[in-house]
Amino acid sequence: MNNQSTNSERIQAGLKKRYRAEKRFQYYGIAAIAIAIAFLLIMFAAIGIRGVGAFQQTHIALTVTLDEAHVQDNDWQGIVKASMRNTFPEVTSRRDKKLLYKVMSSGAGFDLQALVKETPSLVGQTKTVWLPSSDDIDMLMKGSIDRTVAEDDRRVSDKEIAWVDQLIDKDAIELQFNKRFFTGGDSREPELAGVLGSIMGSFYSLLVCFLLSFPLGIMAAMYLEEFAPKNKWTDMVEVNINNLAAVPSIVYGLLGMALFLNLFILPRSAPLVGGMVLALMTLPTIIIAARAAMRAVPPSIREAALGIGASPVQTVLHHVLPLALPGMLTGTILGMARALGETAPLLMIGMVAFIVDIPTGIMDSATALPVQIFLWADSPERAFSERTSAAIIVLLVFLITMNLGATLLRKMFERRW
Amino acid sequence: MNLPIQTQMSNQTSTGAANHSNHKVTVRNVNVFYGDKKALENVRLDIPAQQVTALIGPSGCGKSTFLRCINRMNDVVDGCRVEGEIKLDGEDIYARGVDVVHLRARVGIVFQKPNPFPKSIYDNVAYGPKIHGLVSNRTEMDEIVMTSLEKAGLLAEVQDRLEAPGTSLSGGQQQRLCIARAIAVQPEVILMDEPCSALDPIATARIEELIDELKENFTIIMVTHSMQQAARVSQKTAFFHMGELVEQGDTTEIFTRPKDERTQAYITGRIG
Repeated sequence: MNNQSTNSERIQAGLKKRYRAEKRFQYYGIAAIAIAIAFLLIMFAAIGIRGVGAFQQTHIALTVTLDEAHVQDNDWQGIVKASMRNTFPEVTSRRDKKLLYKVMSSGAGFDLQALVKETPSLVGQTKTVWLPSSDDIDMLMKGSIDRTVAEDDRRVSDKEIAWVDQLIDKDAIELQFNKRFFTGGDSREPELAGVLGSIMGSFYSLLVCFLLSFPLGIMAAMYLEEFAPKNKWTDMVEVNINNLAAVPSIVYGLLGMALFLNLFILPRSAPLVGGMVLALMTLPTIIIAARAAMRAVPPSIREAALGIGASPVQTVLHHVLPLALPGMLTGTILGMARALGETAPLLMIGMVAFIVDIPTGIMDSATALPVQIFLWADSPERAFSERTSAAIIVLLVFLITMNLGATLLRKMFERRW
Repeated sequence: MNLPIQTQMSNQTSTGAANHSNHKVTVRNVNVFYGDKKALENVRLDIPAQQVTALIGPSGCGKSTFLRCINRMNDVVDGCRVEGEIKLDGEDIYARGVDVVHLRARVGIVFQKPNPFPKSIYDNVAYGPKIHGLVSNRTEMDEIVMTSLEKAGLLAEVQDRLEAPGTSLSGGQQQRLCIARAIAVQPEVILMDEPCSALDPIATARIEELIDELKENFTIIMVTHSMQQAARVSQKTAFFHMGELVEQGDTTEIFTRPKDERTQAYITGRIG
């Protein structure tokens, strides 16, 4: 009796300490999550704040005369220049005129060309149109260039600032939605650069990657998991697959360069080769995910099928595969998402080239979204750093969408047993 | 339906023909190994047609292992090796050239835990006939599904929800669905591996009734942990102990006058 009561007391005394330890453990967990979320928010905020500007572009209202002489010469930029001269008649010296022309984007003429192509009846008329400014003026409008800095230390001169102020007074300059960012290819001029070219490059690469790696990965996983005899050969294959999943991606790029470009003489910079390299990289991930998904199917289902005389292949195709499919798809989409964000292997096979045209197939020269980010991040123009962040936002949106898709697919196909 | 299976042991069947006349399954000198470990030793057993044979014994005695040898479910177990001969209608099922798929269509199995496919009730039952090509159109299939469910005593309960998932049924219903799925292929022998161990007493009673009815058409071999169950439903009983078949005979004999003292110890509850 005495002994029992002391035992109980001891337990009582220890309880508080135990509960404290449990609380503390929970707090550690919460702290870890809070830190992770904080970093994530800081990252998103930093990218968001820096990148959101690129979704707008400074446009200037110009009264242009689309005279036939210029139209026939295809001298669209000449029309823009003439209009600038008219807007600022006080500018006379050659040097100042040159400076004045630089207020407008060198691509403003393309907009005029597109306008006339759309409505040919405009030729010979005078019209007020909004045309993009140069990147420096854009930066000035967005407040990224400090007016108080000495003239020699900033990208825009006092004269340009004076012109811009005149335009502001006339309400002839404003920030508009930057459509070109989503519909254009790459450009040396930040105000003309867009992500569509690289999005299409990424799309074609991923298409090739998926078409190669999904069937190959599923077949390999199915064989290894369900049919392969368990011996040292299959053990070795398994170890190698696990090792391949951990190989740095640039190594796959080197392999792709040596094999696909030099040996098979496939075109450089093409999404076809990019997709093949990414498929090599994604394959182990898909195999591992697919095997895990198949292993998660309860053995009782296999026994049930075998027990009524289904052949091993029927057992797998009719029962195991449908049940494992959500897991396989999730693994594949996550693998694809990783491939979408991959830069290094694509650098090795030449998808890092400066390509203005938007690719229309897997054999066209192209670049990919993360490579585009890498390229822009390397450019000195201030406006490109803004576009770098904006492109990162686009990439993140795609990645988040893919991960969301993976979750939804799993939810949709998931069956209970 | 008596499907012939290919065999190369025809010379032996003629000599033992008299013995096999009313024995559906005959087992001689069967040894089973898991790797180096011997799970069953020298089993010799005759299983009569159209009767229920119960395999009893303490856990780990090898009775489930033995049951799974009869339709070669052990083939898929890594490291499992079967020696000796098991004959179905006088033909060795471990002989070379015997098609396992065909064998399993003749010898169905119902497992311990109900394991319906995550498909509709209808599809669960229809799966066997479908893969074996037993039916040529939907009407025939409907008929097989209905008869099988009827025979399994489940039809009345699920008639109006055949498209509901099989997994939505209760445990006892799921087990009867598994029985319906097994008999839809019209096997000759049905193996049951502790079919009631996961069920409550009422569901168990229903399955036992069902087994009693099924023996009119099928040869049934069941593993059970419950001696009362063996006494209630079986005509023959075989007692396994430590990988050895200790005693076999009529159920009434075994339970009233066991010859071996280990059997006596087990049925009186002293071992096991």
